Amino acid sequence: MLKENHFSRNRSGSFSLGRKGTTAMNLRSASVLIVISGLLALAAVSVSAADDENAQWVRPAKDFASTRYSPLTEITTSNANRLIPAFTFSTGLKHGHEAAPLVVNGTMYVVTPFPNFLYALDLTKPGAPLKWKFDPHPDPAAQGVACCDTVNRGAAYGDSKIVYNTLDGQTVAVDAVTGKEAWRAHLGDIKRGETITMAPLIADGKVLVGNSGGEFGVRGWIAALNLSDGSLAWKAFNTGPDKDVLIGSSFKPFYLQYRGKDMGVKSWPPGRWKYGGNVWGWISYDPALHLIYYGTGNPGPWNPDQRAGDNLWTTGIFARDVTTGQARWYYQWSPHDLYDHDGINESIILDIVWKGKPRKVLVHPERNGYVYILDRVTGEVLAAKPFVFINSSIRVDLKSGRLVPNPAKATGMGKTVYDICPTASGAKDWEPSAYSPRTGILYLPHANLCMDEESITANYIKGTPYVGANVRQKPGRGGNRGAFTAWDVLKQKIVWETKEPLPVWSGALVTAGDVVFYGTLDGWFKAVDAHNGKLLWRFKTESGIIGQPITYRGPDGHQYVAILSGIGGWIGSIVTNSLDPRDKTAALGMVNAMYDLPKLVRAGGRLYVFRLP
Amino acid sequence: MSFAFRKAMPVFAVVALLLAGCEREKRDFHTASAGNPPGDSYQRNAYAVAQGKRLFGWMNCSGCHSHGGGGMGPALMDDRWIYGGKIQQIYRTIRDGRRNGMPAWKNRMTDEEIWQVAAFVRSMGRYVSKDVAPSRDDAMQSGKAESRRERTNVITWGPPP
Repeated sequence: MLKENHFSRNRSGSFSLGRKGTTAMNLRSASVLIVISGLLALAAVSVSAADDENAQWVRPAKDFASTRYSPLTEITTSNANRLIPAFTFSTGLKHGHEAAPLVVNGTMYVVTPFPNFLYALDLTKPGAPLKWKFDPHPDPAAQGVACCDTVNRGAAYGDSKIVYNTLDGQTVAVDAVTGKEAWRAHLGDIKRGETITMAPLIADGKVLVGNSGGEFGVRGWIAALNLSDGSLAWKAFNTGPDKDVLIGSSFKPFYLQYRGKDMGVKSWPPGRWKYGGNVWGWISYDPALHLIYYGTGNPGPWNPDQRAGDNLWTTGIFARDVTTGQARWYYQWSPHDLYDHDGINESIILDIVWKGKPRKVLVHPERNGYVYILDRVTGEVLAAKPFVFINSSIRVDLKSGRLVPNPAKATGMGKTVYDICPTASGAKDWEPSAYSPRTGILYLPHANLCMDEESITANYIKGTPYVGANVRQKPGRGGNRGAFTAWDVLKQKIVWETKEPLPVWSGALVTAGDVVFYGTLDGWFKAVDAHNGKLLWRFKTESGIIGQPITYRGPDGHQYVAILSGIGGWIGSIVTNSLDPRDKTAALGMVNAMYDLPKLVRAGGRLYVFRLP
Repeated sequence: MSFAFRKAMPVFAVVALLLAGCEREKRDFHTASAGNPPGDSYQRNAYAVAQGKRLFGWMNCSGCHSHGGGGMGPALMDDRWIYGGKIQQIYRTIRDGRRNGMPAWKNRMTDEEIWQVAAFVRSMGRYVSKDVAPSRDDAMQSGKAESRRERTNVITWGPPP
């Protein structure tokens, strides 16, 4: 355990952490210097502005580095047990609430699942009364093509606007003060099954958004809209010819298998490349390198025999120039995906010392069960270690960069493969982890599920599912369906782990008070000690938690913690959609694993905000 | 009542039973009439229900509704019906679509096929007779066959799967 932590701000304005401790590792290597590069954005800003920034929460991942780490220190391991509700707010909706609230200038903004209301709450007044509500009026037909409940993962703030996406494929910008619509851009076509569920990222004066629809054979893309008026700056597809993918002379992938012309066509059977590679997860940004990083979703259909080849550029990660969209490098987590292992999870941007050398890296806990460390300048894989039990693959070959699949668990036509771990929903799905520079630990909410899968012929019918699989999910080894795991990034091993009876489907938050927050599907919102996972406090909310916790300093100068409760998503669809567990394949097998959830929670979205007495 | 008539009673009963059985096995080679009221003949016909089951997979219905338990779309094996559970109502839902996400199939399936799918949907919650409901599955087992299902929907949260 660390005895002492030293925080200092370096000249560039970013935080450096030097650990002075008594552990063998620290004595062995004085190399442990971690810089959160995302805060480089503050380089030119005064300290007071930086403090102001830390009082707020302007994007779901807190910073461009996606750490979900707050330097606020009022709530600590010794007083967290005294947290009490400050106020609550019902959204009045019964679908999955996956979003992170935002806090900007004394106002809290809450985006709901379909019909995608935006609520503004006045934090300067007792009880945080509603200032205004914005209704974008999305097309109700979008609900029928949302693969995994009608969720929305949050908004972003920039240029006095709150920007977010609607289920029917629009991006809307709303004046943060008046609640009036500033602009909207219609990007997705729900008639093809194209929805948008992700939270946008605002960087470099642009709004970055991507589409969902991996289960409908939708061709994935990421687009950059100009923040000022919503006009299109650039759009890059994640399959198809190089000109569509924005692959040009600046594309320098580390590994050989990504080099060559039009690999996004050649790595598919003829004409089959138009399906998959969607962008529905998280985007990180390195202002110094001027690059964005985002993962791509599964290829379509799930049945792998209908799409021989590596299926580039699906189930991987792209680095792109934020201004032009031109690809810099790409790496594929799961070549020729066999299990719906979308690569869209969060990438945390860190500067570390690796084997004696300073490296700019990104850390990525992937759906396939490995925590990857990639050089974010070149796309080289430095490490990939499992954080859960995996039998779908054997390891990641660091020389070729390729995942080594396990032939015994390979899915294919005409067979049912039993006990594949992890499942289609992954060792860890979209629910984002948090990283503390004080502990060097990544706090991972995740599942422990396995599955049986049968591949069947998928017919492409526009606007209907393009899957081709029967799936039954079930609890993994040990019987606990989830866990909350503390992962030492540099040592690449588990520091502590809390087994949870249900999959953990909420995001994580960690603070400089060394308190970690997360929620459970049966509605507990928990505060645990960042060093050892000891439960400090918990509060039972009315529904299940699949939201993302945030913390902020209120207008009264005190620290608050906020979370949306409201069961749903793929994991909770048995409750929100009243699914029938007598069919073990319902919701692509998820219902079989979550058969008892309707007994544990009821649907209903409610915001909870906590403070010290 | 004459002795001769009483003697003929069992014969009438047998004939009536045979006629009912004939309907189960009936093949319509002209599709002008869907019965009276329209559709009822489909849900009494094992062939129509079996064809509906094949189409249910082939036309990607199972992509949203799974094998009756639902997913993106609602469950079809339970007793809750958003747009009505009579075969005529199910037929209209499939043919014309519904505004909250159900696509219209009138340009993708024939009228006959839509009635067959509607008849199969009725069998998922066993709203057709036991001998008409499918009794086997060609795919990985998702649960009890349609013919073995109970109409009641009491969920007890029994032991883990």
